[in-house]
Amino acid sequence: MISAEKEILPILNQQELYTVEPTHLHVASSDIVETIDVNVFYGDFHALKDVNLAIKKNSVTALIGPSGCGKTTFLRLLNRMNDYIPSHMVRGKVLINGVDIYRDKIEIEQLRKEVGMVFQKPNPFPKSIFENVAYGLRIQGIKDKHLIHERVINAIQQVGLWNEVKDNLRKNALALSGGQQQRVCIARTLAVEPDIILMDEPTSALDPISTSRIEELILQLKQKYTIIIVTHNMQQASRISDTTAFFYLGELIEVGKTTDIFTNPRNERTERYITGRFG
Amino acid sequence: MNNQVKNRIKDKLFSIWGWISVSIGIVALAVFIIDILFDGLPVLSFRFLTSLPSRIPEKAGIFTAMMGTVWIFILTAVIAFPLGVASGVYLEEYGIKNRLSKLLEINIANLAGVPSIIYGLLGLEIFVRIFRLGNSILAGSLTLALLILPIIIVSTREAIKAVPQSLRDASYALGATKWQTIWYQVLPASFGGILTGVILALSRAIGEAAPLIVVGALAYVPFAPTSPMDNFSVLPIQIFNWISRPQKGFIQNAAAAIIVLLIITFLLNGIAMYMRNRWQRKMKI
Ligand SMILES: Nc1ncnc2c1ncn2[C@@H]1O[C@H](COP(=O)(O)OP(=O)(O)OP(=O)(O)O)[C@@H](O)[C@H]1O
Ligand SMILES: [Mg+2]
Repeated sequence: MISAEKEILPILNQQELYTVEPTHLHVASSDIVETIDVNVFYGDFHALKDVNLAIKKNSVTALIGPSGCGKTTFLRLLNRMNDYIPSHMVRGKVLINGVDIYRDKIEIEQLRKEVGMVFQKPNPFPKSIFENVAYGLRIQGIKDKHLIHERVINAIQQVGLWNEVKDNLRKNALALSGGQQQRVCIARTLAVEPDIILMDEPTSALDPISTSRIEELILQLKQKYTIIIVTHNMQQASRISDTTAFFYLGELIEVGKTTDIFTNPRNERTERYITGRFG
Repeated sequence: MNNQVKNRIKDKLFSIWGWISVSIGIVALAVFIIDILFDGLPVLSFRFLTSLPSRIPEKAGIFTAMMGTVWIFILTAVIAFPLGVASGVYLEEYGIKNRLSKLLEINIANLAGVPSIIYGLLGLEIFVRIFRLGNSILAGSLTLALLILPIIIVSTREAIKAVPQSLRDASYALGATKWQTIWYQVLPASFGGILTGVILALSRAIGEAAPLIVVGALAYVPFAPTSPMDNFSVLPIQIFNWISRPQKGFIQNAAAAIIVLLIITFLLNGIAMYMRNRWQRKMKI
């Protein structure tokens, strides 16, 4: 199939075919993420099987499914965070803003500035709150103190942490509570101004109050960012997401509007999972 | 029931055995230190620290040997620290993990156990003869740097290995390159461990006499060295030299010099511990 594609490509470049294409291009442009027949392997283990998923700009997509079904694998596929695992292999297309991130010539560092990530366990750097949020800018070589200051404060305000930390931005981030740490991690991601934010069970290590603050935050962030979130919490998925995708044993079983998935799932396995009859 | 009693007896026996072993070590050390203090303290004085060597025990001091040790310490550190840490980082972060690297790893660990006199012979051939550095401080420092490189490499790797993956993930996810991640996150997080390894290695280096004798350190140097190309002596060699003299006065001098060397070593170890604790506290909160 891949070789066939290569033969077709030169033909596509011809003028007359271009005029046929725009409708297709137009449809693709509102999908900020699109995976086409994606398969992922860890050595012999087939972790994702023919996953086709398109994600719209400024939406929240929840990835749900039982443990080990490939949610984290899918998420880390989108910012190439699994590249360092030698046995990790990807087949198929992963398009972000229309760019095939595994085959087109891209800078992986640039990709990760566009596709930020928040992890399950808060993992702030053992540095001050300010330096945590400034890190992404500093490594880009930004030296302008005012710009850094502005972006850091802006990011801390966006995550609703400003009133809590404004007097001790120089305090070590590890001295904050778990929920505050997670918000520092989100602020750190926002400071880089990504298009997409990937979140892997961002509230599973947090108490209910911190969790609901982060859920509120996600709903706000939707205005500016596209969010893809893995969660084991069905209520959370239904509260915050527009679209829900159900994975099972490496396959994308069902994807649709969250309200539809939760009230009227088409697949029987989806229904069994969301009603808690298997886990 | 019966089994429980047996286990309790075994438990008791083991703790007695452990207690005896520890006591032997501590008693031996105490006897040694008391003996040294007894002989050495009376001669230990400011004059002793600042006098040049002499044929008359009462006039002799350790100034040149102490300055030699300081020179050797600094030069060895300057040479071994960057080389050892860079090698450790390379092997841990960049080196391809295959059978060859496994072999290399085992070999480096083994090198740490090679008798120091062998390093002396290597230094004599390479630095003194081939590089024509002569019997200089530089030749001695290079030799000692070789001697402690394996220790620094191994402890650097251990320290780097202990850095949690989550820290690296956080850095990569923000668009950092591998080098930036190592420089801004991995090295600072592991620096306490690296520093401990380096200082312990250096405190071993300044206690060495054999390899320096082989590369031509002198027992008698009339002046303190002023450049890396000067001839030199160091405390362990001075001690070795005095101990082999028949006069009682020199034996006392040797004891006093041992006290000075011990204080330097304890100080270094203390600094290592202090720095490690401080660093770890900074990294935790
Ligand atoms: N580095 C790896 N090497 C080999 N297999 C892996 C690796 N990482 C994940 N896997 C396997 O891939 C499958 C999917 O893992 P993944 O972490 O994506 O699951 P998940 O849906 O995120 O699960 P959870 O809900 O428990 O986080 C699992 O069966 C796992 O054992
Ligand atoms: Mg997971």
